[in-house]
Amino acid sequence: MSRRPRIAVITFPGSNDDRDALRAIRLMGGEPVPVWHGDRELPEADAVILPGGFSYGDYLRTGAIAQFAPVMEAVRAHAADGRPVLGICNGFQILCEAGLLPGALIRNRGLAFVCRRLHVRVETALTPMTAGLVAGDVLEVPIKHGEGQFVAEPDALARIEDQGLVVFRYCSPGGDLGEEHNPNGSVNHIAGVRSEQGNVVGMMPHPEHAVDPDVGPLGGQPLFESLLSSLLAGVR
Amino acid sequence: VKYRFEVVVMLKEGLLDPQGKAVENAIQSLGVSNVSDVRVGKNIQLTVEASDEADHRDVIADVVADVLHPLAEKVLSNPVIERFSVRPLREDPR
Repeated sequence: MSRRPRIAVITFPGSNDDRDALRAIRLMGGEPVPVWHGDRELPEADAVILPGGFSYGDYLRTGAIAQFAPVMEAVRAHAADGRPVLGICNGFQILCEAGLLPGALIRNRGLAFVCRRLHVRVETALTPMTAGLVAGDVLEVPIKHGEGQFVAEPDALARIEDQGLVVFRYCSPGGDLGEEHNPNGSVNHIAGVRSEQGNVVGMMPHPEHAVDPDVGPLGGQPLFESLLSSLLAGVR
Repeated sequence: VKYRFEVVVMLKEGLLDPQGKAVENAIQSLGVSNVSDVRVGKNIQLTVEASDEADHRDVIADVVADVLHPLAEKVLSNPVIERFSVRPLREDPR
């Protein structure tokens, strides 16, 4: 019998999407593994998710304190080993602060906290999350954040674009880009990026809230399917 | 002996500061029209224990270079989006 991929979800003080992430993993056929931020080691896990929320009350900067949590050394090692790490919303902010992803996330243009469904366009299949998709695919997913404006300095942004590190862009239901489809002012409509190796992915939208037909859009399903398939293909 | 410092952290000039923009709009809604370029940053104050030497300025320079700059780069600011400045709040130990 093939085993189910084990996916760790880290709970920081102030995380609040950890349970939804654990539930989504289970619904999609993986084995969820809860992990406490104070642990120095990760349990045996094929992938790690840093969930959404407001770790440490967003003090100093979003994700700024969480990057120094004891468990983060193990997350860095997991990432350096080429294994998948996904940061969602606050998890994305933490990965940027930790230097595992390029760029940074600042207060939304317009300052408003934005909570709604929208669409993102897949820009690359070269990540475990998008391996089962093709560039141009459009997914409907929810966002809910106050500090999701992706920024990078011009030379860093050029590098991100040249190296194909953009994974998702905000778009219309038909996949068109435009300021009216950009909820937070992110430069180049960027909703998610990856590391150069491709195994670390961060995204502001919430795939873990988009896997259950009873309560929302289903744009998260193909992302979890991709991740689980990637993990099964790579099971050691 | 202890010295007191402040670290000021600001978003880099090239980045639009949404908070500063909102404050600027509020100021203009008061009818004050000659204020512009409002930017909001952080002021972090901290005490550092250092060796007791006659020349305070030397000690302060060492603390800034060896302690506060590394801390500001690693924790107090995010060099991707912010710049910082450090200054002593007094020229002598408090």
